Order: sequence, then C-alpha cells, then structure tokens
Amino acid sequence: MTDTQKPVTDITTDYDIFAPDFIKNPYPGYTEIRESQCPIAHTERYEGSWLPTRYDDVVAIAQEYETFTSRQILVMPPAAGRSEGPYAAVGAPPITSDPPDHHWHRRLILPVFAPQAVAQYEPGTRDLCNALIDEFIDKGVADAASDYAQHIPVRVISKMLGVPLTMEDEFTDWVRGALENITDAERRIKSFRSIVEYFIGEVQSRAANPREDDFITQLMNTEVEGKKVPIEYVLGVCNLMLVAGIDTTWSAIGSCMWHMAQHPEHRKQLRENPDLWPTAVEELLRVYAPVTMARIVDHDIEFQGCPMKAGDRVLMAFPAANRDPRQFENPDEVILDRQNNRHVAFGSGIHRCAGSNLARLELRVALQTWLERIPEFELIDPSSVTWAGGQVHGPRKCMVKF
Amino acid sequence: MNMKVLLDYDSCHGHQMCAIAAPEVFGSDEIGNAKVLITGEIPAALHVKVRRAESNCPERAITIIE
Ligand code: HEM
Ligand code: SF4
Repeated sequence: MTDTQKPVTDITTDYDIFAPDFIKNPYPGYTEIRESQCPIAHTERYEGSWLPTRYDDVVAIAQEYETFTSRQILVMPPAAGRSEGPYAAVGAPPITSDPPDHHWHRRLILPVFAPQAVAQYEPGTRDLCNALIDEFIDKGVADAASDYAQHIPVRVISKMLGVPLTMEDEFTDWVRGALENITDAERRIKSFRSIVEYFIGEVQSRAANPREDDFITQLMNTEVEGKKVPIEYVLGVCNLMLVAGIDTTWSAIGSCMWHMAQHPEHRKQLRENPDLWPTAVEELLRVYAPVTMARIVDHDIEFQGCPMKAGDRVLMAFPAANRDPRQFENPDEVILDRQNNRHVAFGSGIHRCAGSNLARLELRVALQTWLERIPEFELIDPSSVTWAGGQVHGPRKCMVKF
Repeated sequence: MNMKVLLDYDSCHGHQMCAIAAPEVFGSDEIGNAKVLITGEIPAALHVKVRRAESNCPERAITIIE
C-alpha cells in the first residue's frame, strides 16, 4: 500500500496531508492537532515530516532561516532523478535559495512586484476577467474554478514574462504536474524539464533577437558585481514565476468564489460598502490561505519539545497558523472588516511572498469583476466541488448557477 | 495625545499591510518595503489607522511612540 492508502489512526503521529478528506477540508485536522498535547504533529509518511499548527511556532520557523533552511521547500521529497541531468542546477530562486545568495536572488526581482509597479496590470486583468465572463454569462451556469479562476493568473504571468498567451494550457499542465500531482514523481520530473526547456528556448530567441522592456530580457541583462547573472538564475526565476505565481493565486481566487457563492450576506456587504475591499481581501487570504511550504532542518535541535534531526522536513502550515484562536478571534469566521489581522498567507520572514501585491490585485479584480456582472449566484451541488491540496489548497471544480 | 511611528526597516519584508491600513502614513519604496510618509507628529485623525497598521504588520516592524 502506498502512504496515501493507509487509514490514519492518530493524526498527531500519523497525519496524511494527501488523504482525500484532508485535501478537501484540512481545517478540522489542523484544529485537532493544534489543540492536542502535540501541536507539532509528526508523520512517517512520505519519508517523514513535522507539522506545526500554532501561529507562533509557524512564524518562528519561518523567521529562523539558519536552522530551518530552504534547501527543499516542497511538502514532498524531491522526485528521484531531480538532482541528475543537465538541469539539476536550476532551482527556483529566491524561494529555493538560502542566505547569502538569497539576498541578491530576491533583491533583483523585488522592484517589478512593488505596489506601484504591479498597478499597471490592473486594466489588463479586468479586461481578461470580463472576456472570461463573456464566454459563459448567457449560459446561466459556469465552473467558477476551471472556467474562471484557473485562467486568470496564468494569463497575467504570461503577459508579465512577455511570452505568448497560447502557452496557457501547457503552463497550467506543467504547474499542476509540479505542485498538485506531487505524489506522481514521473510527472513532476517531466513538468520541471518542460518548464526549463521552454525557457531555454525563450532565452535563446532573445539572445538572437533582443527585445526591449521584457521581463526575461531584463533578467538576462542584469549584472551582479559587474558580471551578468548566470543562466541558471534566469531559468530558475522563470520557473519560479510559473510555479509560485499561478497555482497559488488561482487557488485563492477559486476558494473566494466558492465562499462568495455560499455567502450572499458578504456579497451584499461588499456591494454596499466598497471601501471594505482592502480588508476583505486580507481576511479572505487569511481564512483560505492556499499555500503550505517546507523547510529542511540544518542541525539537530529540540524545537518546542520536539527532537528534530538534521535533514528533517518541517511543513509550515500557514493555513493552520491563520486559524489559530491564540492569534485571531473567531478564527473560522470570515469577518470582512477584521481590524487585527497579522495573517501569514504569504509567509513570514526573508522568503515572504515577493508577488503578494500582484496576487492581491488579481484576487480583488477577479472578485470585483465577477460580482459586478454576476451579483447573485450559488453552488449547484456543494458535494460536487473537488479540491487540490497538500502544497496548494483550492477548488478545481466548482459549478455555480446564476 | 502625540504620536509618532518608527519603522524597523530590517524586519520589514514588504507585506504592505501597513499601507492597506493607513495609506496616509505608510507607502512603498522601490522594492515594495514600507516607507514612512509622515515622519513627524501623526495627526490625531489618523491615530486609529496607525494603530491598525501596527496590529496588522506580520513582522512587528512598526513601533508607535506616544
Ligand atoms: C494568493 C497567491 C499567493 C500566495 C498565497 C503566495 C504565497 C507564498 C508564500 C507562502 C511564500 C513563502 C515561501 C517560503 O517561505 O518558502 C511565497 C514566496 C514567493 N512568492 Fe508567492 N504567493 C502567491 C502569489 C504569488 C505570485 C502571483 C507571485 C509572482 C508572480 C509570487 C511570487 C513569489 C516569490 C518570488 C516568492 C519567493 C520569495 C523569496 O523566497 O524571497 N507569489 N509565496
Ligand atoms: S506591514 Fe510591516 S512588514 Fe509589511 S510593509 Fe508594512 S512595515 Fe513592512
């Protein structure tokens, strides 16, 4: 039997983040662990990992980058063969980088993600949301996940990178292969190689025919200490743009659509009081934080009574931290004007999401555009909604009628 | 009551929660980290917003002095 098929006996010693119930709705499991004697659970499944669930513990781990390193950041060990072959040196900087290199790996890309820089993508994002809605508005039914949410971030990122929109289906497939079907090692490797090979082509075409003002060209021309950045860095950042920017954001948009379909009172509240949008977006990100990241323990330590060994994997369950009642009042409730919200949907510390301003913009515009054009809608059958989980949590099929 | 804000720039990792809570007082620099827009006395009308900025910063990079 594989690790996913064995029934879980005790969630604090044998959790399975890929168990079908956990994928669908991980929150009761997080709560059970958080309120137990062992708020940092452990499992032997998938070569073993620790699962802290309290806000303070998750944040402490994210802050302690010397003890909890980013040598690996996925919730599963690397697929066999990942460290072989010609692309073994291509990572996903800055997310896979540790200091000291992390600093320049991150610093170089930050300016393109500053709030004032991402604002230029708002009109284009609104247009593409409208175009998607045009496709189904007359039908009275749509899949809010696969007809809507899924198409938004991939198109925004393609535009940002300066690559053709016709790659949408391939990008989506590769990203799902890298993050969602993570128990399928062969598909993971294939997806990774496809991404790298695609961007090698893009880099070569720019080397032959330089373009102006295009993200990949800018990266290729960036210098650090008088030298052009290595090609592995350029390819790694492009890889990261896909894997960090697409599945994450579409999962967040999808979860928010699923929420709005079931909460007419929140749709009304936003319609009557548009000033709520900024806090509403943060609150939805808190409650439906899609991303869990991992760290590798550098040296043997005892952390909160847990004997962690060098090489152990620790899962930073940001979705669990964001619902810790020690940090948030009524944590399972969506309060669109919540005043104190130090949520960590985007992580914490030196690796905190560089793309958060873009993600927020996409989420807000996607919801606003839908709610303007389709103010009233509901789930067709709540039990037919399907979910992805583990690394990234969000709905994959979510039929609504209007 | 007088109020000033202090930003610990080394702890700031650009969440921009401060700018969402109090855009009059916090902005963004060229890499998306916080920039304090009012370095002197904060007008009384903005005190509530500034407190909210402080209580929404995940890195606890903002200190209010009063
Ligand atoms: C709602 C959508 C998103 C969520 C919830 C999210 C979440 C996260 C989280 C939790 C991290 C921290 C990783 C760690 O600590 O190891 C992270 C890092 C990162 N994210 Fe996002 N992300 C989202 C969207 C995006 C987008 C749209 C982009 C850009 C296109 C992006 C780019 C990045 C980058 C570059 C990093 C690495 C930063 C570093 O290591 O210094 N993300 N993201
Ligand atoms: S909320 Fe805190 S970490 Fe974020 S930009 Fe403001 S001061 Fe910096």
